[in-house]
Amino acid sequence: MGYYFTTERLTVGYDGKPLISDISIGIEKGEILTLIGPNGSGKSTILKSITRHLEAISGVISIDGADIRRMSGKDVATRLSVVLTERIHPELMTCGDVVATGRYPYTNHFGLLTAKDREIVQESLRRVHALELYDRDFREISDGQRQRVMLARAICQEPEIIVLDEPTSFLDIRHKIELLNILGEMAKKQGITVVMSLHEIDLAYKISDKIICVAGDTIEDFGTPDEIFTEERISRLYGIEHGSYDTLFGSVELQKPCGAPQVLVIGGGGRGIPFYRTLQRLGIPHAAGILYENDMDLRVARALAETVICARAFEPVDAKTEARARSLLNSVPYVADCGFVRGTYNRCNERLLHAAKEQGKTILSSTKALLETFGGRVPS
Amino acid sequence: MKQKQKRLLRFQLVFLGLAVLLVIAVVLNINTGSVKLSAERIWNILFLRDRSDPSYDILWKLRLPRLFTAAVLGGALSLSGFLLQTFFRNPIAGPFVLGISSGAKMLLAVVTIALSGFMTHIPVSLTVVTAFVGSMLSMLFVLIFARRIRNMSSLLVIGIMISNICSAVTDFLINFASEEEIVDLTYWSMGTFSGKTWDDLKISALLVLPTLVITFFMSKPIGAYQLGEGYAKSMGINIKVFRVVLILLSSMLSACVTAFAGPISFVGIAVPHIAKLMFGTTKPIVMVPGVFLSGAIFCMLCDLVARTVFSPTELTLGTVTAAVGAPVVIWLMLKRKSEG
Repeated sequence: MGYYFTTERLTVGYDGKPLISDISIGIEKGEILTLIGPNGSGKSTILKSITRHLEAISGVISIDGADIRRMSGKDVATRLSVVLTERIHPELMTCGDVVATGRYPYTNHFGLLTAKDREIVQESLRRVHALELYDRDFREISDGQRQRVMLARAICQEPEIIVLDEPTSFLDIRHKIELLNILGEMAKKQGITVVMSLHEIDLAYKISDKIICVAGDTIEDFGTPDEIFTEERISRLYGIEHGSYDTLFGSVELQKPCGAPQVLVIGGGGRGIPFYRTLQRLGIPHAAGILYENDMDLRVARALAETVICARAFEPVDAKTEARARSLLNSVPYVADCGFVRGTYNRCNERLLHAAKEQGKTILSSTKALLETFGGRVPS
Repeated sequence: MKQKQKRLLRFQLVFLGLAVLLVIAVVLNINTGSVKLSAERIWNILFLRDRSDPSYDILWKLRLPRLFTAAVLGGALSLSGFLLQTFFRNPIAGPFVLGISSGAKMLLAVVTIALSGFMTHIPVSLTVVTAFVGSMLSMLFVLIFARRIRNMSSLLVIGIMISNICSAVTDFLINFASEEEIVDLTYWSMGTFSGKTWDDLKISALLVLPTLVITFFMSKPIGAYQLGEGYAKSMGINIKVFRVVLILLSSMLSACVTAFAGPISFVGIAVPHIAKLMFGTTKPIVMVPGVFLSGAIFCMLCDLVARTVFSPTELTLGTVTAAVGAPVVIWLMLKRKSEG
């Protein structure tokens, strides 16, 4: 208890049939709560129940101790505003007009705007860096601009909580970042609490204070991003079987080519990554050669290479590891030299390369050479 | 911002233009007809109540009630179209697309044929009541489906299907009736403002004007509804109640027109469109009075054309509304495209 926004034993669903039950969470004022989970898991259902677009089956949703389900429509409107996935098609309305609809709960019976209302409309547009759109026809602006205008509309309603259903869909990466920056600033500076769903889990990790994982008939997890974002949890949540997700960097790797390694990639310091990825695209199973535990290449190699030979960080490579690399070298027809940085502590890799040359292995020293050798089309 | 003043000026100018047009339409309607009257005689008849003038009756009993009925019903029909287009979010939704007139015609056919054994002509008042009930019944069906179906396009399709079912039933009944039996039905289904009396005007005004006022007072939620149901709800509108009220208001308006003037097609689709492009907005607070006024003028002028152009033969009103309205809408659409 004592949280600003809470749900207690909330059960949501359609037509009285529970879809997700027993949701109990709590967040502080000005925090950002993000719902993540696979398509069709019920993120929208939960959000719709919070915004009262859908009647919750049982449980309590409260803002600042007040039960939202017992409030009048107008009371809810002054405390909670939304950015929905449904697209609006307003005819002959400027962006200013669209934003001004957010003043609805505050204007008089005819909805006439006062000077103060107009000021708030402009201020809201300014906050999403879209004041220049004020006089533009809403239908003529881009998706990214639209989403910002819809956020301005939600801000204009002067809520305590803004609920957004997948606000970054349809946006390119620049606009995704911009929108999330605005949300983050709004939450921290104005203390507006944000509840939203996101598909981009890498972004969810970076923007959210709390995360809910939605899957199955109850929420799988609720916690801080650092608690939630483990590789195993994310893979389980989304049922990732063919491919991998690096939770630390939020990067995705596609399915690993399986089979006996054809190429030993000698990498290090990030030089190996384009090689592993090229081989993945070509579907050639490969091995990654001696990489220190803290090498950035290692994260990708683990996801893509059939065999990875790895050495303890900050120590000279021991003889046993080098011997394993040598025996691996004997079993592959090709060796890729990624142009790794040569230094005192990776002489072993130089020795490995030297041995390969002596054994008469084909040395491929660029991704282009990989493409030529393995039959991919070389872009001219 | 500047846009705001420009817009306000545009609203004022358009309303002023409409007021001038209204006066012109009234004057033309009084002045034109098979009996020509000088301005002086009209003045005497209208304002000095000169009963000695032989044309006194033509003016007071024929032209004036017809003129005002055309205005009230034309306004009602257009406003009904505007409400239904807003409700269904579809520019071609209108009272007649949704089977209001077919429902009225069906019930009228049933009543006419059932009573044909007892009387040769059914009284006008019964026609009016029957048509009104028939219209409301078909809208009731739409309303029942509206509670269950959330998708507006599907609901529109259902409305059109109801319309077709009613037409089929009507045609079926007519097959078994003789021509004399259904003469009243045939006359009604032509759709006209001809022969309207002061009583007709009084009753229709009593039904239409309060509905107009209520609709005007609902401008704010209607405006919010234009943004979509989800957003309207998030602004605190009770959507379930709002949907019912909106349908009731629009069916009240169009049922009244159908009852008194028969099916008049096209006005409900064309006029809101014309008004929207004239005012350059869809804001209900401007559009509700704007559409009503435009509809009134449109119908008065169309009625004028219908009764004078091929005089003494009177055209059906639908012929004129479609012939005049359709090209206007097409022209406006093309013009808007080149602007935007």
